[in-house]
Amino acid sequence: MKPVDAAVVRRAPALRGYLVHLGGLAVVSAVLIVAQASLLAAAIAPVVVSDAGLGQQSHVLLALAGVLAARVLIGWLGARAGVRASVKVRAELRSVLLAGALRRGPAWLANEKPGELAVAATSGLDALDGYVTRYLPQLVLATVLPVVLLARVAVADLTAATILAVTLPLIPVFMVLIGYSAQAKMQSQWVLLGRLSGHFLDIVEGLPTLRVFGRAKAQVEAVRRVTDRYRRETLATLRIAFLSALVLELLATLSVALVAVSIGLRLVQGHLDLATALLVLLLAPEIYLPLRAVGMAFHASADGLESATRAVSVAADADNVAAITGAGEPATMATTATAAGKPAEPPAVSLHHVQFTYPGRTVPALDDVSLTISPGEMLALTGRSGAGKSTLFSVLLGFVRPDVGDVEVGGHSVPGGDSVSDGDSVSRERPATAWVPQQPRLPGRTVAEVLRLGDPRAGDAQLRDALADVGADFVASLDDEVGSDGTRFSTGQRRRLALARALLHVRAGARLLLLDEPSEGLDPAAEAGVAELLEHLRGTATVLLVTHSTALARLADRRVELSPAGARPTAGPRAVVQA
Amino acid sequence: MSKGASLTARGGPVTRLRRDPLVRLLPHLRPVAGRLLLGSLAGAGALGCGVGLLATSAWLISRAAQHPPVLFLMVAIVAVRAFGLFRGVLRYVDRLVSHDAALRALGELRALVLERLEPLAPAGLEQFRRGDLLARFTAHVDALQEQLLRGVGPALSASIVGLGSVALVGVLLPAAGVVLLMLLLLAGVAAPLAGARLGRAGGERVAALRRQVDADAVDLLEGAAELRAFGGEVQRLDGLSAVEEQLQHAATRFRTSPAVADIVPLFASAAAVLASLVLGIPAVRDGSLGPTCLAVVVLTPLAAFEAIAGLPAAWQALGRSRALAAEIVEVLDAPSPVREPAEGSQAELPAGPLGVRVSHAVLRYGDGPDVLRDVSLHVPAGSRVAVIGPSGSGKSSLLAALLRFRDLSSGSVLLESAGGTAADIATLPSQQVRQSVSGVTADAHVFAATVRQNLLLGKPSATDDEIDAVARKVRLLEWIRSLPQGWETPLGTGGATVSGGQRSRLALARALLADPQVLVLDEPTAHLDPATEDEVMADLLAATRGRTVLLVTHRPTGLSKLDAVVELEAGRVRAPDGDTPNDDAPTVAGAVAVLAAAG
Repeated sequence: MKPVDAAVVRRAPALRGYLVHLGGLAVVSAVLIVAQASLLAAAIAPVVVSDAGLGQQSHVLLALAGVLAARVLIGWLGARAGVRASVKVRAELRSVLLAGALRRGPAWLANEKPGELAVAATSGLDALDGYVTRYLPQLVLATVLPVVLLARVAVADLTAATILAVTLPLIPVFMVLIGYSAQAKMQSQWVLLGRLSGHFLDIVEGLPTLRVFGRAKAQVEAVRRVTDRYRRETLATLRIAFLSALVLELLATLSVALVAVSIGLRLVQGHLDLATALLVLLLAPEIYLPLRAVGMAFHASADGLESATRAVSVAADADNVAAITGAGEPATMATTATAAGKPAEPPAVSLHHVQFTYPGRTVPALDDVSLTISPGEMLALTGRSGAGKSTLFSVLLGFVRPDVGDVEVGGHSVPGGDSVSDGDSVSRERPATAWVPQQPRLPGRTVAEVLRLGDPRAGDAQLRDALADVGADFVASLDDEVGSDGTRFSTGQRRRLALARALLHVRAGARLLLLDEPSEGLDPAAEAGVAELLEHLRGTATVLLVTHSTALARLADRRVELSPAGARPTAGPRAVVQA
Repeated sequence: MSKGASLTARGGPVTRLRRDPLVRLLPHLRPVAGRLLLGSLAGAGALGCGVGLLATSAWLISRAAQHPPVLFLMVAIVAVRAFGLFRGVLRYVDRLVSHDAALRALGELRALVLERLEPLAPAGLEQFRRGDLLARFTAHVDALQEQLLRGVGPALSASIVGLGSVALVGVLLPAAGVVLLMLLLLAGVAAPLAGARLGRAGGERVAALRRQVDADAVDLLEGAAELRAFGGEVQRLDGLSAVEEQLQHAATRFRTSPAVADIVPLFASAAAVLASLVLGIPAVRDGSLGPTCLAVVVLTPLAAFEAIAGLPAAWQALGRSRALAAEIVEVLDAPSPVREPAEGSQAELPAGPLGVRVSHAVLRYGDGPDVLRDVSLHVPAGSRVAVIGPSGSGKSSLLAALLRFRDLSSGSVLLESAGGTAADIATLPSQQVRQSVSGVTADAHVFAATVRQNLLLGKPSATDDEIDAVARKVRLLEWIRSLPQGWETPLGTGGATVSGGQRSRLALARALLADPQVLVLDEPTAHLDPATEDEVMADLLAATRGRTVLLVTHRPTGLSKLDAVVELEAGRVRAPDGDTPNDDAPTVAGAVAVLAAAG
C-alpha cells in the first residue's frame, strides 16, 4: 500500500490542501526545534562553564520562552487542521464510494455484499482518522525534519553529522527490508484472527444446538485450545516481526549514544565547546524521532487507507461503466405521463428471446425467454424457486442488462445494468415502474420518509390513504421510526409498507407494477386485502405478479410458468407454458 | 452501560472499585496477570533507558567540558552505551510478553464467556436475538484483549518512568522535582481527564451525527435496489451530504476549542524546561546544585514528557476496556433460566421407551403475561403427536420447557415409561433430560465445519455406515455425494451454500443420528417453499415411524399420518369441538377427534 495514494488525493481535494498545510507547519517546526536546541544550549553552557547567573541569562530564557510558546501554537494549529481535514476527507470519500456504488447499480451491489461495502463506508473510513491526524503529519515531518536538523548538526560538528548521516538512511532501508516480509506474515495472522473470531461467534450462535446434543461443554475446551494454538503461531511470527522494530530502535538509540560519547571525548580534549556539544546532543534524537514515529503510525492507519482505496476503486469502476454504456434511459414519469397531466396509459411489455447469466455462473438465470403482455393486463408468473422470476423483474427494472434479446416497456427499450446516466451524478428522473420486492427494504428514517420514496410530493393525507388501503393499521403515526432498515417491523408489516409505497408510486403515475410475493407472511385476511387492492388497480396499470398464493394467482388474466434454466426438456424458445 | 456506571459511582470508593467491571473481570484473568506485569516492567525499562540516555549524556558532556581525565568518564560512557543498547532490547521483550499476555487473555475470556453463556442458551440469550447483537458481543469479547494490551502496560510503564524521572530530578534539586511532578500530573492525568469531560457534551452531538451518517450510508447501500427502482437516489445522496456537513461543523467546533488533551502536554513540557532553568541557574550559583548536574535537571524533563506521551491513549484504552468489560460482566451476571436439582435429590430416569405427559403447564417470562396457560397433553411412548397453532400460541415455549431450557412456572412435565413409572423433568439434571429429549430446535445451527462434523454432533461415535444410512433416510446423501469434497465439504460461513431444504434435512439427520427416546421437532420445514416443504415432511414422517415424536408446526396440512394433532391457541389447548378450553388432558383419542372435526 502506498503511503499517499494519488488516486485517493484526486478524489478527496481536502487532502491536497491539508498536505500543503502540513508541509508549511513542518518547515516552521524544524526551524523552531533548531532554535529551541540552540537556546537551551545557550542557557545551560555559560552557567556550567563560566558560572553565569539568572540575570545574565534572562534574555536567553525569554527567547526560549517565546520559541516554546510558538511550538505550542504550532502544535495546536496542526491538531486543528488534522480534525478538520479528517472529517472532510472522510465525507468526501464516503460520498465518492456511495455515489459510485449507486451508479454501479443494485445487481452489482448484491454481488459485492452490501454489508462489506457498508463497513467500508462507515467504520472503515472512520479508521482514516488515524491516517489523517497522525500518520500524514508524521510522514511530512519525516521528509522535512531530518534534512533540516542534519544540516544544522553538520554546521556545528561534522563528525557527529557523519555518524548520523551514515546511520539515518539505514532506517528506511531496514524498515523496508525487514518490514515487508514480516508485514506479509502479520497480515496472514490478522486474517487468521478474523477467522478465529468467526469460529467463536459460530459456536456462540450454535450454543442452543450444541446444548440439545450435550456438546456445549466440550466446546469450551476446544475454544481455549484453538485460541492457544493461534497464540503460539502468532508469537512465532511476532518474534520475527518485532525484530525489525528492535533493529530500528537499536540503530536510532545506539547512534545517539555514539554521538554523545564522541562529543564527550572531544570535549575532554578541548576540540569542542559545551554549547555546541549540547546542541548536537539535543538535535540527534530529534532526527530519528519522526522516522520511527511514521512507522508506528502507519500500522494504525492501514485499515482506513484500505477503505479509502476501496472507495476510490468503486468510483473509478463506476466511471468506466458510465463511459461505456451511456445509451438509453429507462422509461420515466416524464415519458409516460402526458404533458397535459392526464393520467398515463398502462404500457405493453415485451421480451424477445431474452437470455441472462449472472457473472461467474455457468447456468443462465434466464434462458431464451419471450413474453408479451398487453397494456393493462394482469399476469401471474409462476415457477419453482430459481426459475428466474426475480431475475426477470431485475431485467424489467433495468438492474441487469440481458446478454441477448430485447426488452421493451411501452415501446421504449429498457436499458440495462450499470448505466444510469452520463456524467457524475445518478439519475434524477423517476422511473415509471412500481415494485414490491420479495424482501422489501425500507430506506428512510420514518414511515413518511419510507413512503415518500413512492411519491415525494404526496401529502400526509395521501400517505395515510395508502396505508389504510394496504391495511397497515399497525402504523400509529407517519413519524414512527422504522429502525435500522425497518427492523422495527415484522416481515408481514414491512411487506405492507412496501405495498403502500408502490401504491403511492402508481398513484403518482407509474403504470407498470411488479409484485414479488406480495402476500408472503400475511395472514388470510391481509391477503384478501391485497387481492382487493389488485382488483381495484386492474386496468390502471400493467401488473406482473409472482406469487405462491392461489388466491392472488386467481385474479390474474393469464398465468405463465417459468421453468428453471437447464431443466428445459427440449430446445426452442422457452416461452413459458400458459395455464 | 453509562447508566450503570453512574449508579455504581454513588457507593464508597472501595465498593466502587470492587464493582468496577474491569476489577471484577480481573480474577478471571489471573493466569495472565503476571505476564502483563512483566511486560509493563520491561516497557518501563525501555522508557527508562530513554530518560537515562539523555540524563547520562547530559552529565557526561557537562563533566567533559571540565576536561577531567577520560578515566573519570568511563562509567558514564559505558552507561550511555548500555542505555542505548537496552532500550531496544527491553522494548522487544515488552512487546513480545505483552502480546503473549493479551492473546492468553483472549483465550481465557472466550472460554469464560462460553462457559457462562452455555447454561443460558437459548432462553437467556434472547436479549441478543435482534440483528447482529450476538456478533457485536463476541467482537467485543475479542476486542477487550487489544484494549488491555494498549491500556494496562503503557499506563503502568509510563507512570513508573514519570515517577522515576521525578525522583532523579528531585534528588538533584528538590524544588525542580516538585515542579516536574506537578506538570507531569497535569499533562498525563489532569489534561486527558479534563479533555474527556469537556469533550463529552460536544462529543455526544458528534457521536449522534456520526451514527446518523453511518445509518444513512448503510440504508442507502442496502436499499439501493428500491432507491433505483423508485428514483430516489439523488435525493438520498443530497440528504446524506447535508448531515455530513453538520457533522463537519460539529466535529471541528468540538475538537478544536477544548483541545486540552493535545495542547496541555506541549505547554507543560515547555513550562518544565523553563522552570528547571529558572530554579537551576541560581542553585548552581549558590552551590546547592553541582554545575555538571544543571543539564541533567533541565534535560531530564524533556525525556520524561516523551515517556508519558502515551498516557492519554492508554487512559482511553483503559476506558474502552472498562466499557467492554461491563458488557461481559453483565452477561456473566445473568441468572440461569433453569434451576438444576440438588446433588442428593436427583430422580432416576425410567428405563425403556419413554412418553411425555404435560400436566397443567403454566409458563411466563419474567413479569410478562403467561405464554402457556394450563396446557396438558400426553404423548404415549411410540406415538407421534403434532402441536399446531399460529405463531405466539406457545408452541415453542412448550418445547423449551420439554427440553429444560426453561422451568415451568407451575405444572409438570413427566417422562413416562410404557410400564407406568415416571420422573418429573424438574427433578432431573437438565443435561440428562436432553439426552432423552432432543431433536430439531427452531434455531438449528449449521456450523462452519464439514458436513460430517455437522452431522456427528448428534452422535460423535457414529460410523460411516450409520451416517450414510441416516443421510439416505432424509434424502440428503445424493446432495452430499454431489459436493466437491463429499462428506468433507466445509459448510456454514465461508463454506458451501446450503439451501433451506438442505439445512432442514441436515438438522433432521443430526437429530435422527442422536436417536433420543423422545424426538422433538420444532418447525422442521420452516423457510421452505411449499413443494420442498411437502417433500421434507413426507421424508420426515417416513423416517420417524415407531418413535415417540412431538412435532411442532405452523401448517395444519399433511398430518394425517400422525397419531394425534393438538392445537394451541393463546397458550391453551384448543378443545376439539368449540372454543372453550379443555381442562382434561386430551388423550390420543381426544386429539384424533380434533382431526376428525377438522376433516
